[in-house]
Amino acid sequence: MPVLVNGGLGMATIGLAEFLSSIISEPGASGHEDKVAAVVQKGMSGLFDEARTDALGNLIMLKRGIGRAPHPRVMLAAHMDEIGLMVTKIEDQGCLRVTQIGGIDRRILPGLEVVVHGRRRLPGVVGAKPPHVQDPGEREKSVKWEDLYVDVGLTGDEARELVRVGDIITFAQTPIELQGRFMAGKTMDDRAGVGVLFECLRILRDMRHHADVYCVATVQEEVGVRGAITGAYGIVPDVGIAIDVGFGDQSSVPEYETISMDKGPGIAISPAVHPAVFERLKTIARELEIAHQTDPSPHPGGTDAFAIQVTRGGIPTGLVSIPLRYMHTAVETVCLTDVERAGRLLAEFIVRLDKKYVEGLKCF
Amino acid sequence: MLLKTLTEAFGVSGQEQEVAAILREQVSPYCDKVETDALGNLIAIKNGNEKGPKVMLSAHMDEIGLMVMYIENSGTLRFKPIGGVDPRVLVSKSVYVGKDRVPGVIGAKPIHLQKREEADKPFDIDGLFIDIGAKDKDEAEKLVKPGDGIIFATKYQDIGTSRAKAKAFDDRVGCAVLARLLMMDKQWNFTLQGVFTAQEEVGGRGAQVASYSLEPDIAIAFEGTTASDVPGSKEHLYSTSLGKGPALTHADASFVADPRIVKRLMEVADKNGIPYQMRELTTGGTDAGRIHLVREGIPAVVVSVPTRYIHSPASIIDKCDFENAIKLMAAFLDSIEERGLPF
Amino acid sequence: MVEAFGPAGNESRIRDVIRKEVEGLVDEVTVDAMGNLIAIRRGQGPRVMIAAHMDEIGVIVTHIDDEGFVRFSNMGGISPFMLIGQRVIFDNGTIGAFGMEKLDDMKDLKLNKMFIDIGAKDGASAKEKVSIGDIGAFHREAHFQGDRVIAKSLDNRAGCAVLVQALKELAGREIPNQVYAVFTVQEELGLRGAKTAAYGINPDVGFAVDVTGTGDTPEAPTMAVKLGEGPTIKVKDRVVLTHPRVRRFMTETAEKNGIPYQLEILEGGGTDTGPIHLTREGVPSGAISVPTRYIHTPSEMADMNDMKNAVKLFVAILEAKLDEAIL
Repeated sequence: MPVLVNGGLGMATIGLAEFLSSIISEPGASGHEDKVAAVVQKGMSGLFDEARTDALGNLIMLKRGIGRAPHPRVMLAAHMDEIGLMVTKIEDQGCLRVTQIGGIDRRILPGLEVVVHGRRRLPGVVGAKPPHVQDPGEREKSVKWEDLYVDVGLTGDEARELVRVGDIITFAQTPIELQGRFMAGKTMDDRAGVGVLFECLRILRDMRHHADVYCVATVQEEVGVRGAITGAYGIVPDVGIAIDVGFGDQSSVPEYETISMDKGPGIAISPAVHPAVFERLKTIARELEIAHQTDPSPHPGGTDAFAIQVTRGGIPTGLVSIPLRYMHTAVETVCLTDVERAGRLLAEFIVRLDKKYVEGLKCF
Repeated sequence: MLLKTLTEAFGVSGQEQEVAAILREQVSPYCDKVETDALGNLIAIKNGNEKGPKVMLSAHMDEIGLMVMYIENSGTLRFKPIGGVDPRVLVSKSVYVGKDRVPGVIGAKPIHLQKREEADKPFDIDGLFIDIGAKDKDEAEKLVKPGDGIIFATKYQDIGTSRAKAKAFDDRVGCAVLARLLMMDKQWNFTLQGVFTAQEEVGGRGAQVASYSLEPDIAIAFEGTTASDVPGSKEHLYSTSLGKGPALTHADASFVADPRIVKRLMEVADKNGIPYQMRELTTGGTDAGRIHLVREGIPAVVVSVPTRYIHSPASIIDKCDFENAIKLMAAFLDSIEERGLPF
Repeated sequence: MVEAFGPAGNESRIRDVIRKEVEGLVDEVTVDAMGNLIAIRRGQGPRVMIAAHMDEIGVIVTHIDDEGFVRFSNMGGISPFMLIGQRVIFDNGTIGAFGMEKLDDMKDLKLNKMFIDIGAKDGASAKEKVSIGDIGAFHREAHFQGDRVIAKSLDNRAGCAVLVQALKELAGREIPNQVYAVFTVQEELGLRGAKTAAYGINPDVGFAVDVTGTGDTPEAPTMAVKLGEGPTIKVKDRVVLTHPRVRRFMTETAEKNGIPYQLEILEGGGTDTGPIHLTREGVPSGAISVPTRYIHTPSEMADMNDMKNAVKLFVAILEAKLDEAIL
């Protein structure tokens, strides 16, 4: 039975909206997450006992459990990397050719404002041909990657001084607060998940738990769940739960492909999820009347859970999804209440973790 | 009868418990230890000389199938495929939904109401749905839920002189081969690690973690493989033919078989007069693809029973190929006892 | 090296060739379960794994018909258009020519519409020369012309040559690192050999040496790499994003030693660095590539100076204190 300890640890932390806003504003494309890792660590300071980064850059924040050793080990993973662009070539007249990091729908790019991370941050625009000079019929087809470029307003020589092949480019969108506790911005996929880690540890501050909690802000999920592969290998948890985003209901997408906004996180059922982890999360959500939905998937891929489950000899894994609209655009939209619900659900899951449950997971 | 029980069992990728329970009941009396792991693999060990090699034999329990994604207000079910299902084989088939096997049918628009051009294009999954006879969403929700697995309702049947028809010969025929070997009266002097794996059809996931834990010295995976010896197929694209014996793989999309093991298998087959053929296709992947790259590498091969219409609701094997696969493996295991590993 | 036989899945001959080259240069030479050749220079300091794949693309025999024509499939990335008019050679020296079925439209050309003709009279005599499962490679001689070389399998015998040469230059010298030079197998089939080799070695730092494309031919796809302007330091490919700290160390080392280099983003390929950097808990890794035109054809082209500079760069990297620089 979880026991609430009054008073907390005395350290005032910022609120969820502020934390989320600060981390989605920080650039951190896959493979280049060190700066956003620092902001995450700072924003969550006081909520964990120790932190380290591993060889790939995963930020691992450990909050120890109480009671006799050995403690059950739980790993929560949310990825902090974002999709972005990378400079492939600097043209003679100063424009930058680009390739994608992670899966970008190139149709969102023409006219998009970006930031080029060269010797210093340079504002830029993805070039778009005005209608006046287009060939007839050009409008019928979406622009090809080879025709895209980023204009930073410099000449070729100036550009070569400040920018190199391999420099990262991120979307420039700043967070926007919408009605109903909805918030839009780039990289809600999956910094909203990092927000869940924040919420979860914030709640656990006032609760007693036996389990050691490894909150991992993973890297390079968007290019093949790479951080989760090495992160889980190092931690070897007894149970791992990935927190990622799911398709929130939106017009132009059939209802059967989505989960609803502001109706709570999705609890995933898929080959990547251990049935007893799914059941436990559902049961807790039902008992505590935390709004939630079932999020089915016929294949195990697409999130860090894919990698965690097949680490070493196999790890019982779960997946919680935050409903999100307009995935992989610069205006991804989530409901903060869903983030809070997910944080609470995971905190309650953690305080109920004991050796018996964890042993039971080893048998299917 | 083993092939019947196994092929009719419910076990889509990630939901193999029923198949594991059947196999556990069959093989437990013959094994020293039987357990499951975090992915649902069923691991059956027959201990041998601790100093001797560890030989892993595997077969996957999961079958391709479907998953309930959403229940419409009208009570019909939206679904998506689990594993490589050709959407063209789905329309007009009967299914069972969920572990309680609620019967359903995959319906589509009647041809009378279709425009002529429509019939030239296959049904796309969004145009298909499952009808369990519920009159609305409430009634359907009492019986099924999103996440439920769906299997084809095909019954096992002996046909022809030595052939059989069923769903999921890929890879319940492999499971039957492995179960029969474990249940043999013979006890080899080395440790046999029988692994009935989970989730092969979605990426060899069970095999990967099981071989990490078991650390075998050699691995043989049993599969059902494509036999395309049918009209409309050119001979060089048959891959395997029914009745010509179990098939040995040189290479497929997921691995190159260890040639030393393949050579030993061919020697053993020739010596004992067991027919065999080579699998000619080089596409497709198996558990061996995952197993052979675990830790520092595990020498591995695949032995398959040719199966027509693999990955469709009704496939066909020749039971002689099945029996010969068992004979070949038993003789191969004898050769390990006599001569050691082939490397 | 380029003329030696060693298609993916059948690397024993090239392994023997390389083994003879490295035997005297290191403390120990072993072959692991997959067939990787591992040459170990023991000593002080962090364990550095350098991988160069020794396999080349090839074909595998799938069927021999009654008339003696041999059907095949690919081992590694082969475009059917690269086979027209080419020759293949098998382990036992049998040589064949590629032929194709009649087509209405050349766009329909696929590997399963082609066959290999070894000049056999019928199926029975063909089966005396080749069997199902035999793996063959392109058959083509190499030409050196000025600074340039035209040959098959510069991918990746150029990389192997660079690694062997680096070992030669370091022989007898003391360096602050232990070196595991791994000539890997089956890279062309999915970076397979490197995965198990890296697990076994468990290095502190990893590097791969391979080839990469160029963007300097007529109407080439966009790429900032040119032949002859130096080996490349890899930034990104399909399977790895080089850690910024590793990349910075490599570029600084090149600049400090006056070695020309280029930065590489390879859109359409991956190398052994992929599996190496994801081994166990992760390994900081980088890659150096030799710019090569016409990759995966029988007439690849590279610049000898790029290779010489690649050797220089590896030597400079291995002479540095990698535990301070990277770890």
